[in-house]
Amino acid sequence: MPAIEVEDLRKSYGPVEAVRGLSFTVSRGEVFGLLGPNGAGKTTTVEILEGYRERSAGEVRVLGRDPEERTRELQERIGIVLQSCGFYPRVTVREAVEHFAKAYAKPRDPRETIALVGLDEKADARTKELSGGQRRRLDLALALVGDPELVFLDEPTTGFDPAARRTAWGVVRTLKELGKTVLLTTHYLDEAQELADRVAIVKDGRIVAEGPPGQIGPGSAAYRVSYVSEGRRVEHQTDDPTELLHRLTRDALARGERLHGLEVTRPTLEEVYLQLTAEGE
Amino acid sequence: MSTLALAWEQFRFERKLFWRNPSAAFFNFLLPLILLVLVATAFAGDAEDLDVLIPGIAAMGVVATTFTALAFNLTMLREDGVLKRIRGTPMPAGAYLAGLVGSAVLNAFLQVALVVSIGSLVYGVDWPHDPALLLLFTALGVLCFGSLGVAFAHAIPNQESAPAYTNAVFLPLLFISGVFYSSDNLPTALEAVAEALPLKHLVDGFSEAIVGGSLDVAGAAAVVAVWALAGLFLAVRWFRWE
Repeated sequence: MPAIEVEDLRKSYGPVEAVRGLSFTVSRGEVFGLLGPNGAGKTTTVEILEGYRERSAGEVRVLGRDPEERTRELQERIGIVLQSCGFYPRVTVREAVEHFAKAYAKPRDPRETIALVGLDEKADARTKELSGGQRRRLDLALALVGDPELVFLDEPTTGFDPAARRTAWGVVRTLKELGKTVLLTTHYLDEAQELADRVAIVKDGRIVAEGPPGQIGPGSAAYRVSYVSEGRRVEHQTDDPTELLHRLTRDALARGERLHGLEVTRPTLEEVYLQLTAEGE
Repeated sequence: MSTLALAWEQFRFERKLFWRNPSAAFFNFLLPLILLVLVATAFAGDAEDLDVLIPGIAAMGVVATTFTALAFNLTMLREDGVLKRIRGTPMPAGAYLAGLVGSAVLNAFLQVALVVSIGSLVYGVDWPHDPALLLLFTALGVLCFGSLGVAFAHAIPNQESAPAYTNAVFLPLLFISGVFYSSDNLPTALEAVAEALPLKHLVDGFSEAIVGGSLDVAGAAAVVAVWALAGLFLAVRWFRWE
């Protein structure tokens, strides 16, 4: 059984259709990234999977259950990091983690959970004394203290400084090593590239591309061949680099020319992303 | 942990939070007591005035610790996203709310006990004639103003406006309900408003329980109970996690 199954999911707010027929599957132990610009429908989708919102149409299964039923059993098996969420202001990190641990039948040790997210030194600090990055780590600790099988991370590193991002990425990798399934939303491409086994690019409530971040392509012109000729870089796009290279090098040899700086590259995730999300705007 | 055990854990956690928040402790406990002392010193020279003031301040304490505190806290918790966070955990909604509301209820009972004790020990007002009636009205008042507070949080749009919204209800209600002085001399129209609202009847119930005086307690209890039912209905209907 996959960790998450989404089939033709739709969600309307009044006349506005935020999610327009999304389908994807996340396997157990996989880190899956939902990538897309703000307003693409990522958060709506994740909040339906988390049990916060009711869908308008479609089928959704989270660990084999319908999240709309909001059973305590399912809530115990998932961990949620929301985009922006407050803490009790007058408790310490340790008190917050210990308190949230009580709601779970088999929680992770609170002390160990705090160490996992790298907050040991702040364990006795009150939550309102924490920096933005430290608050995000506490978010993570509170989501992990139940030792969930599936973790939802909604833009987990927004507002982080580079060092805090590296730490957070380390935690996601640790989650993967522990065999957890992770559903991640982000609008940082490097983050998706770095962490996700597979990504789906969402635009206007639909998935416009899906696959491993290194292989995802816009469908046409998946390769780019370029070289320098007479001081200028010449660029060709092709789906069949073998044929193109053969033709280019044959012609060059016939002319007695060397193709300087010859490169065959795939478009980066960023280029694919920008191309896909810019269409129709 | 069972739902009951979790409610108890949440209650203990809320107690800890309450005492760490000096302004909440001040508004819930000290303000009614300060008003009691000020009004008693400034206006209430004789025993008759104090017989009005002690039940009035006790009832005000119930409103401050339940209606005002819950409307205010729930708005904060909702706007800060704490409620949403809790909603994402296996913590049963009932257990969480029981702990939260239970803490406010304890404050209300403590406040009533404190006011009655000060009335007796400092101002020489009799100990309650009818402690069972006092307990009954405290319970009814807590149910009524607690549920109205939860319901009222729905109407408050954000944290900044929470004090304005709660005080806009709380302060006029105090002045027309005979908390500081007898409401017998109010203009007819205002008296009719006060009669329709629950606080005056809570004051009457407390007055009967503490000093006695053959007021219509059954009628007073009925009005508070009807408001309690309306409050419970609206609290359930309007409650929002985010």
